[in-house]
Amino acid sequence: MATREEITNRCQALYDDLDFTAARKWKDAEPGRHVIGYMPMYVPREIIHAAGMMPLGILGGGDQLEVIQGDAYYQSYICRIPRSTIELLLTDRLDFVDGMLFPSICDVIRNLSGMWKLLRPDVYAHYFDVPQNYMRDVGGEFYIHELNVLKEDLEKISGNKVTNEALKNSIELYNENRRLTRKLYKFRADYPWLAPSSEVYLINRAGMVIPVEDHNILITDYIDAAKQEDRPKRDNSRVVISGSFCEQPPINLIKSIEISGCYVVDDDYMLVNRWFAKPVPTDIDPMQALSYTFLEASVKMPSCFEPNEDIKGQFLVDLVRETNAEGVIFAAASFCDPALLERPILQDVLNQVDIPHISFKYAENTGQMQPIREQAGTFADSIKLWS
Amino acid sequence: MSAPQRKPSTDVQKDASMAKQKAMIDGNFDRLGNVKNTGEKVSYTFVPGNLNELIMCFDMVGNYPEINAIQNGLRKKSGGMIMEAEKWGHSEDVCTYVKADIGMMRKGNIGPTGQPIPEPDILMLSYTGCYTFLKWFELLRHDYKCETAMLHVPYTGDGVITKAMTDYVVKQLKEEVIPKYEKVSGVKFDIDRLRENLAHSAKAEDDFVWVLESAKNKPSPIDAYFGGIYYIGPIFTAFRGTDLAVDYYKTLRAEIEERIRKGQGPITPEGEMKNEKYRIVTEGPPNYTSMREFWKMFYDEGAVVVASTYTKVGGTYDFGFRHDPSRPLESLAEYCMHCYTNRNLPERTRMLETYINDYEADGLLINSIKSCNSFAAGELMMMREVEKRTGKPAAFVETDLVDPRYFSAANVKNRLESYFQMIDQKRRAGV
Ligand code: SF4
Ligand code: SF4
Repeated sequence: MATREEITNRCQALYDDLDFTAARKWKDAEPGRHVIGYMPMYVPREIIHAAGMMPLGILGGGDQLEVIQGDAYYQSYICRIPRSTIELLLTDRLDFVDGMLFPSICDVIRNLSGMWKLLRPDVYAHYFDVPQNYMRDVGGEFYIHELNVLKEDLEKISGNKVTNEALKNSIELYNENRRLTRKLYKFRADYPWLAPSSEVYLINRAGMVIPVEDHNILITDYIDAAKQEDRPKRDNSRVVISGSFCEQPPINLIKSIEISGCYVVDDDYMLVNRWFAKPVPTDIDPMQALSYTFLEASVKMPSCFEPNEDIKGQFLVDLVRETNAEGVIFAAASFCDPALLERPILQDVLNQVDIPHISFKYAENTGQMQPIREQAGTFADSIKLWS
Repeated sequence: MSAPQRKPSTDVQKDASMAKQKAMIDGNFDRLGNVKNTGEKVSYTFVPGNLNELIMCFDMVGNYPEINAIQNGLRKKSGGMIMEAEKWGHSEDVCTYVKADIGMMRKGNIGPTGQPIPEPDILMLSYTGCYTFLKWFELLRHDYKCETAMLHVPYTGDGVITKAMTDYVVKQLKEEVIPKYEKVSGVKFDIDRLRENLAHSAKAEDDFVWVLESAKNKPSPIDAYFGGIYYIGPIFTAFRGTDLAVDYYKTLRAEIEERIRKGQGPITPEGEMKNEKYRIVTEGPPNYTSMREFWKMFYDEGAVVVASTYTKVGGTYDFGFRHDPSRPLESLAEYCMHCYTNRNLPERTRMLETYINDYEADGLLINSIKSCNSFAAGELMMMREVEKRTGKPAAFVETDLVDPRYFSAANVKNRLESYFQMIDQKRRAGV
């Protein structure tokens, strides 16, 4: 069995690889294979998988990609992920991708779908709408229609019929992936010194670029390997990170938070890996199953309307309590509408139950860690002092 | 190259239609300020995807937070409100309309005309063409704890409106919106009343489109951006579907017919613009805090805006859409989906290209708004595309809607002057 270090090294290499070699290799291994890219926040990867294709999560270019052309497409007051994603496109790093999905997370990603259409009219680019009405016969029905449109589009690209049996099989695989990701998060919340946040991040992130079957093994192996090790437990403060669901902070920032004295016991990176709080049923029609689970068991995040004011933001309080966290760090990408517009409500909800919080902004290429380290360090100290 | 300088006047010159409109808008603020006495119920909603004809069926008075922000911007009150909201933890990075609104609320909710803005009985969250709307009304609901009706209007990502999309919106109207309005207002929904309102809308829309298209004349009798902002007022807000709006657009049309007959240019704050030198198409909202200064940079140079996308945020009527009393709910659904920012980027680009060609414009000017991702994300790409397709020069300026900190008059003026020079050069080169 691979050691923890070997597993994390593999994930680090996947993270560093801006050419998506693993996905290219998967595609080249057999003729007729296709890869479908997707942006944050959520797409039904089960359908892509059931069409015999590989879903590939695109999360921008990080801090290692030099953005030259992408900057010519975006003003300075727009977040960084779309410009680095355009850079990936224009530098042919995504030339093997057969289609792109742009979920309805915000207007930047929404408009990026149109830019893709203009820049690559020959490549499938689809804005993927999810319902904001959660009644089964209203939003649910609309969503089933959208799922079927996607299915038909993918059938055309792949040349494969998406059967109910294939869908059920894919749903089971992704149910397992979500279960394992949640298990990994629980493991970290229970033993944060055994599973540092930067490692959990890399394991989670690997799920964006390798087949789900491999990712399931990878998570299991990591948990098993991490359990075996004896690593020193520190007197860190336990915090939840909120607001980082789209443009990703650089890995050094994630490390810096930990170094400054915080154990991150939950976060909202790559929510797609844990999108549903319960398994998608496999004993009903698969499209209905995907639709109703979306309506009734999706994670709470700012791009999805919360119809009930009484519980608005309560998920964060619950999360803090479930993970025995002592505070929340709001870490949002600069100019990120969903994270920044939501923040005052969440802060207010936390204030009402005296959960301390701080906030800062970052960009995927933030290089200066010192201010963030100082801020997080002071926060960790103040939690210790006042708790 | 400049046209003769006029002396800046202190009073904006007004047509009869402008006075009429002012009275209408003031009347609505009066109505809002008076609900304590009248007992009228208050509904807040947004301009894009507004359901005014429907809301009127419940005898409610409409409040449009975007309009309050604009009016506060024009009166130079928005800056303080934005700072107030930032003091309460709202990020400097987000939409300044939201912050102007929240700042106004925090400062006691006194509206632009000095009258109080009443609390909402219902928030009509028509999620049309802008993500910020979703958060804006969640933020207001968090404070007001009032009923909120959510209408999810699907984005036309593939450039088409499908039957499934229309059905989805209609179902939401039937199962979410109408029941909530009935509950809050105590008034039973009457579809015939809705039909009647929609018939009024269609009439006003015909005249409105005629007005917009009058800019195809040379000289253009209207300015379709700065002037256009006044022309869209009634149809984009609390008056669509009323007799008042029908009457307003009839008056406006008659005025413009007269201008065309006389071969006159558009009315500006300093009188008629006489020598049309440049015909420009604009993309993006204007700046409201320094609007007269901004406008002056155009008319001083003899530049008139012949078509703008901003005047389509509340509906793209000039591409054929009309409210249809024979299909009331479907028509409302289609209206929402047709709004400008609900259209995908290729469609928006096509619109600009069409405007440049149909209005025989000299080029495209984009006023990119710092805090508005819905408009701004992708505008640089649209600019290149339009330049490529039309061969006409384009320019890009950056300001904000209602945050005075982001209007740099010197920068904008420089940009505009070089842009007009570029047009001259192209003309000389015979392009
Ligand atoms: S970082 Fe925020 S604003 Fe930018 S694309 Fe992602 S969700 Fe949208
Ligand atoms: S369209 Fe732009 S200005 Fe209007 S609410 Fe949305 S973000 Fe704000």
